[in-house]
Amino acid sequence: MVEMVTRPYAGAFEKYALANKDVLCMSADLTSSCEIDGFRDRHPEQFMSMGMAEQNMLSFAGGLGLAGYRPFIHTFGVFTYRRPYDQLMASIAYPRRKVRLMGFLPGVTTPGGMTHQAIEDIAIMRAMPNMSILETGDATEVESLCEAADSIDGPVYCRVLRGTVPRLFDSPIKVGEMRELSHGDDILVVTAGITTEEALRAKTALVNAGVSIRHLHLNTIKPFDSKRLLDHLQSVKHGVITLENHVINGGIGSLVAETIAEAGIQKKLVRLGLKDTYAHGGSRSYLMRYYGLDALALVNGIENLMNIETNIDADDLESARVDAVHSSAKAEAL
Amino acid sequence: MRNNGGYLSQACSAAEQLAWLYNEALNLGDPTLPMIPQPFGGVPAPGNDDYVTGAGYNGPFEPQYDRLFIAPAHYALVAYATLIETGRMSAEGLEMFNKDGSSVEMIGAEHSPGMEVHNGTLGIGLSTGAGLAYGRRLRGEPGEVCVFMSDGEVQEGQTWEAIQACAHHGIDNVWAIMDVNDQQCDGAMSSVMEVRDIATKMRAFGATVVEIDAHDLDAMRQARKEPHKGQPLIILAHSSPTQGMSFLQKRFPRLHYVRFKSEQERNEMNISIAKELGVEPVEFEKH
Repeated sequence: MVEMVTRPYAGAFEKYALANKDVLCMSADLTSSCEIDGFRDRHPEQFMSMGMAEQNMLSFAGGLGLAGYRPFIHTFGVFTYRRPYDQLMASIAYPRRKVRLMGFLPGVTTPGGMTHQAIEDIAIMRAMPNMSILETGDATEVESLCEAADSIDGPVYCRVLRGTVPRLFDSPIKVGEMRELSHGDDILVVTAGITTEEALRAKTALVNAGVSIRHLHLNTIKPFDSKRLLDHLQSVKHGVITLENHVINGGIGSLVAETIAEAGIQKKLVRLGLKDTYAHGGSRSYLMRYYGLDALALVNGIENLMNIETNIDADDLESARVDAVHSSAKAEAL
Repeated sequence: MRNNGGYLSQACSAAEQLAWLYNEALNLGDPTLPMIPQPFGGVPAPGNDDYVTGAGYNGPFEPQYDRLFIAPAHYALVAYATLIETGRMSAEGLEMFNKDGSSVEMIGAEHSPGMEVHNGTLGIGLSTGAGLAYGRRLRGEPGEVCVFMSDGEVQEGQTWEAIQACAHHGIDNVWAIMDVNDQQCDGAMSSVMEVRDIATKMRAFGATVVEIDAHDLDAMRQARKEPHKGQPLIILAHSSPTQGMSFLQKRFPRLHYVRFKSEQERNEMNISIAKELGVEPVEFEKH
């Protein structure tokens, strides 16, 4: 049974910020939602309430960066770049301010629907010169995120998991280093964030069906180690499949496609994720099933890519972990 | 004149304000960058270790000195002219204006003389100034942050977000002087988007506001003394966009970027403006 960790960001951020006095905690009216309410109450001198005013918050953070501070901005991922895109570019990314954008509720991890689901954030941030991107896939990555993000010489956008988070890994994020979770030679599976847990759910069933999987988990999406990916691509016989909690254009599917094309190697690629569509509001497990982001979608993708029948059905997969929408580990049902 | 037009009305409305800032109002150290600006040295990027902003023309980053942001970067031309007149940049700098490969860009960039941040996207200057001011207060630095603003920026919501944030956090080591010339790209502000009483609105959002005549230096000096504990001070400097260049009145109300309509108009304006300023007309380069 996977260990479940409650609110891993809360304690990790507090510990990190207290040891680093130039870290400032900023919030745009989503303080408990981003698990920093305890920090606000205990350390008001290191906390700034910026209100529902993201444009000002981002430029203000740029100004704090000029004064040598390293602001950690806490809000939902969508609110760090959709409305204040201009400010993100001009006040943070261009001048390489050491601002750490902590984007909660990545992709379909929220029932909040289109306005709350950051489904194209990685594509946007990948296109933005000077921006780095980290994505967390388990509690250990969330716990090590602050230190990893703060080691980056420039701005960084992070996809952060909150509430009840499984512990899948026992080592911290090493920026720029992908995790190699299995070393099979039929097919390469590339996942990031919550889709890694889905791929792990399918692992035993796929092994039993005789499919040999090589599985990579990405926590650093930019900068990206294409050379390492190429080594893995060339170690499998049948091709590569990406599974992402994001639209398939501009995210890790595109990243793998670009790597394949630029190296001029011939490998089949299947990109699973949101296929040029918005999602709607619903539970995570429902949305992952509905939009084809879950373990079963991965199995189907592998069957298509290898042109095989595994006869794996939903009952053969390790049971999906269902988060209670109204769990007390979250500030609200979002 | 030589460039067949430019952001002229901004010079008319803001000349006294910028002259006052550099000559008296701000506590700035000696410039740290060469009198003749270096060519464009690349944008901030990993590996571009020699990158510097143009802030060095305003002096070094030391705790006791003030910092200045030119929020409407379209005022770059008059800002560069002010650097020259105050002995911070050589006159050769203006020869590089808007030339390919030059750092003396038409819309002031971070790397342009006298600039510290990118403000060409209007409305972000006061927020950035407020953030820097808050950071300087946390560090206990006595130097203040001044933002030169333009009235068109009050149409952007971010300006109001910035004022309310300053008031909420009691940021009073930031102050601004706003060139209120009632002009924007499409023409008179009242015709493009009526902004009503800026002073009343700003006070409601939590700023201390003083209204003055932008061409009256004594009024500026007096306004700067206005107490503003716990609030930002914003001086609304009501200006004429044709001050000192009466000929421009013929172009009213489209004054944002003055492009001469004919060679004849250019010649007439050259002679008229030179006469009003008491200088020789400019010699045109062959185009």
